[in-house]
Amino acid sequence: MIAELGHLSVILALALSFAGAVFGLGGAHVGQGRWMQAAVSATYGQLAFVALGLLVLVNAFVTDDFSVAYVAHNSNSLLPWQYKVSAVWGAHEGSLLLWTLIMTLWMGAVAWRGAALPRDILARVLGVMGLLNLGFLSFLLLTSNPFERLLPLPPSDGADLNPLLQDFGLIVHPPMLYTGYVGFSVAFAFAVAGLLSGRLDSAWARWSRPWTNVAWAFLTLGIALGSWWAYYELGWGGWWFWDPVENASFMPWLAGTALLHSLAVAEKRGAFKTWTLLLALMAFSLSLLGAFIVRSGVLTSVHAFAVDPTRGLYILGFLAVVVGGSLTLFALRASAAAAEVRYGPFSREASLLVNNLLLIVAMAVVLLGTLYPLAYEALTGGDKISIGPPWFNRFFVPLMLAAAVALGVGPFLSWKRSGFARLRRRLAWCFGASLGLAALAALLLEGFQLWGAAAAVALGLWIVCTHAVDAARRVQLKTASVPLSYWGMALAHLGFAVSLLGIALTHELSVEKDIRMSVGESATHGDVTFRFDGVVDAAGPNYRAQRGLFAIEDGERRINLAPEKRRYLASGSVMTEAAIDAGFLKDIYVSLGEPLANGDWAVRVYVKPFVRWIWLGAILMALGGVVAVADRRYRRLRRRIASPKAAVGLPA
Amino acid sequence: MHPKRRSRLMTVAFVLTGAAAAVALMLRAANENLNLFYPPDRVAGGAAPVGVGIRAGGMVLEGSVRRAADSLDVAFVLTDRQGSDFRVAYSGILPDLFREGQGILVRGQLGVDGVFQAEEVLAKHDETYMPPELMPLAQGAAGQGKGG
Repeated sequence: MIAELGHLSVILALALSFAGAVFGLGGAHVGQGRWMQAAVSATYGQLAFVALGLLVLVNAFVTDDFSVAYVAHNSNSLLPWQYKVSAVWGAHEGSLLLWTLIMTLWMGAVAWRGAALPRDILARVLGVMGLLNLGFLSFLLLTSNPFERLLPLPPSDGADLNPLLQDFGLIVHPPMLYTGYVGFSVAFAFAVAGLLSGRLDSAWARWSRPWTNVAWAFLTLGIALGSWWAYYELGWGGWWFWDPVENASFMPWLAGTALLHSLAVAEKRGAFKTWTLLLALMAFSLSLLGAFIVRSGVLTSVHAFAVDPTRGLYILGFLAVVVGGSLTLFALRASAAAAEVRYGPFSREASLLVNNLLLIVAMAVVLLGTLYPLAYEALTGGDKISIGPPWFNRFFVPLMLAAAVALGVGPFLSWKRSGFARLRRRLAWCFGASLGLAALAALLLEGFQLWGAAAAVALGLWIVCTHAVDAARRVQLKTASVPLSYWGMALAHLGFAVSLLGIALTHELSVEKDIRMSVGESATHGDVTFRFDGVVDAAGPNYRAQRGLFAIEDGERRINLAPEKRRYLASGSVMTEAAIDAGFLKDIYVSLGEPLANGDWAVRVYVKPFVRWIWLGAILMALGGVVAVADRRYRRLRRRIASPKAAVGLPA
Repeated sequence: MHPKRRSRLMTVAFVLTGAAAAVALMLRAANENLNLFYPPDRVAGGAAPVGVGIRAGGMVLEGSVRRAADSLDVAFVLTDRQGSDFRVAYSGILPDLFREGQGILVRGQLGVDGVFQAEEVLAKHDETYMPPELMPLAQGAAGQGKGG
């Protein structure tokens, strides 16, 4: 009975999402206060019922209710409890339910914080989000019901969760990623609400900015977690593959990054407003495109869910409605936002324009590389091609290097126009210092052979140095306290530099060897010596393993690493579990390949310097995004609008 | 035409031309290093180019996997179970899901001797997953199995 309760509550949420959309959009249109209030109530109702639905599904997993088809396909009585819970979003149906829960959580947050907004804007935002949720919930109920039963003969045990997913990564990666994806629906809804109401002033930009920042921070963390997970779990130490599904999450990230920069111009200077609107529509549309790519089965990927053409067709239709509808509205209404704002070629506006241009071109490169194989197959009648990492790197890397050069200057330009001479005085020695230090680093590493690493080191130092110089100057001035949004920006930019250093140094300095090792044999790479001491049997809760014993000498340090080859009992599938000695300066990575003749094993031994910096940088970026939201001016805004009487007579 | 509108039109035309040129250049680059997929009958039948980076695939023929005694070299045969097959040579670690009888993809170059020199071997990701490239083969084989 309890699974049917979940089904019923999702149906109720669907009805409420329809009601919320009608009351929100209709109420704002005719100016009916009670309807607008009803849209807020409907929002909380959707949150409550979707949450109940998800709890029911969690309960079905935890109590091993294999009469529910989704549980039977994705769980097993031997599965450890934390994976039973995370298995809820381990496949298509449940992950879609999680997606709608996160959608309603964002809606609830908007309703909760929205007391500060004009009533009709809040109602429109909730109405638009209700419409989107209606789309997601009907997709769930029509094509992907997670509560379907296997009756009258339920299996006695489940088929088990894919072993790749039995990992901490599954617990955190999808919720983070979805929170980012779906979070862009808030910026989308604000853009649509702005277009509908015709109020596209800088207040509009100030409302959407914190939401965009938080969504972006979650997406940043989600992507970084996915990369880290792939690194330690897929068994061969790569951290980014330009896999279509990675690209699917990266495209909204690039568009979202452009969005939060152009929102700054829209808020402070009232410029770029039309463009900002378009970016807000684009970021969420790309999130939906990502969902289509993952869930339609059109692409070959590690992440691809089971193939079902009706699902692909539904998302494609939904995508067409959302993109087509919002772009039509944009075409009809966006001209109201256009404003003549003048700025010099050497100004902060111009530098943010460069930022947007680079990010959007980079996004277009990823989009082209992801969709071209599909188009090629359709046009040639079935010839299948793949576009590999070399192609992506060839176009993407120069764009990001150009962005890094600009990032050392842009944030320190003034609005409208800057004097070049003063800026040159301030940044010249950073330029010299970063070049000098990079040359020194290159000399220490392999004597100038790794020019790529040296260039990246120079760019990373360039960003760190210019930001440090500017921050020091601001703190010394003491004319006013430096706002939190400034520190947020500096932190995020520092994160970019740290990731850049990590990516370049890992790429250039890593040692990756596949070798054959006999018991007792040693292999040395750089400062690290690996000794293979054989393989022993081991057992886990739902698997048997062969555990390799490795003694590692890293300079003075002695450590043991024990990578495993696991066979999962329920499915019989084999998994490689790498053993990693993680460090700030380098990772030592060992994984077992396969057993060979005479007790030898094929073994992967890697030394990967600075690989942690890639994810550390992402954490700093996300942190920066959140710190900027804590800025006083967003809190002031809330107080002021919350008490309209106090607002009278205050300068805007 | 209104001068303001004309200048806007010029801007749009300029941006579109630039974008089209960029896309054309990028697709050209993609066509240079795209990897076309060849099933066993086209590799065995001589339709696949020699010495060019391509992808191929098929089922691993039972009993065909040979490991070298002192290195990571391995050789095996890929078949479509309909009379066509070709040999593959690879040096390195095979994926966990590499097993005899299973569908796999290889990326590399076909040698003049007809042996496919693989740089990368990809197996399907789980028990129920089949690379779309191999779908026609799997269906063909299943159909034949039923018929025979």
